[in-house]
Amino acid sequence: MHTVADTHDEGKGQYFWVWGALLLLTAVEVVLAYRQVFQPIRMLEALMILSVIKSALIIGWFMHLKYEIAAMKWVMMVAVCICLCLMCVFFADAFRIIHLGVK
Amino acid sequence: MADIAVQHGIAGAYEPSLFGTYSKKIGMWLFLLSDTLTFGALLFAYSYGRISNPDWPTPFHKESIINATIMTGCLLSSSLTMVLGVLAARRGDRSWTRNWILFTMLFGSAFVVLHGMEWSKLIEEGMTPFKNPWAANVPQFGGTFFTLTGMHMLHVTIGVIYLGVVALRKKFLPILLVIWAIVFFATPADNVFHTGVHVLLIATAVAAVILFLKPKDYDAHDVEISGLYWHFVDLVWMFIFPLVYLMSTRVQG
Repeated sequence: MHTVADTHDEGKGQYFWVWGALLLLTAVEVVLAYRQVFQPIRMLEALMILSVIKSALIIGWFMHLKYEIAAMKWVMMVAVCICLCLMCVFFADAFRIIHLGVK
Repeated sequence: MADIAVQHGIAGAYEPSLFGTYSKKIGMWLFLLSDTLTFGALLFAYSYGRISNPDWPTPFHKESIINATIMTGCLLSSSLTMVLGVLAARRGDRSWTRNWILFTMLFGSAFVVLHGMEWSKLIEEGMTPFKNPWAANVPQFGGTFFTLTGMHMLHVTIGVIYLGVVALRKKFLPILLVIWAIVFFATPADNVFHTGVHVLLIATAVAAVILFLKPKDYDAHDVEISGLYWHFVDLVWMFIFPLVYLMSTRVQG
């Protein structure tokens, strides 16, 4: 039987590092956005990349998915990523509207 | 209902979990995946509107961005205190488990209060779910903004209550009622939070039913599961913050 205590040896230190990294990435996001370093599309790409990195840190360390077995990691993450990617199909219509100039 | 599988002699009826962990944790993960799709749909709806409207308003100036950044810091810090609470629960340190959970609730409450102040400021400036003062031809800005951030605020509020139940059990019920009374009587009748605070009354009733019908001493597993929920609300904010706030900054003014 799996128990919470017997799966992995972990120290507090790594969580403080993850927390520090998350705060640092947030500060980078704020500086990028407030100084408007990139054009909107590039900015969106940069912010989303940083957000995905932050999500990976939260899911992996804080939610402990890193320490779960491979089956759980793959089933959970692949399923949700596919579903979210399917929603992107609507963006084609959003771009169509902006190019057609519908009022 | 018992949390322990009953041995009844039917081969294969209680196979080991595919995911190699206990059922409550898998249940929470599945709920969180479904909730991811809910927030995913809301974020995609917001982004759809953003892309298809060149006049999308950018109302978030310096004060709003500083406020939202502090809110982000609160949520990230609450995730740290939550994970420290989970570690304390695994060690069997009940006192520090409760203390870390209370710190988490404090950060979560600070987030809700700051978010409420942000909402109040936008409402004062004339923003409603159906119109906004910055772009009259983009009425859906208010609707998508309030739906997305309101849904998240509701999740954070439910998270704070969930953690309160795990940490304090029945002692948390009168605290909830006192908070409800303070907010209800301290806010003007036309304020959105004067009505919204009734969520606390509903939550008190639900928590009371759970605590009185199935009183139990919450163990390390329960703390870990409540932690999963809490980290999820933090995770969702990591996308709302850049998409809603940072992509709509107003540098001048």
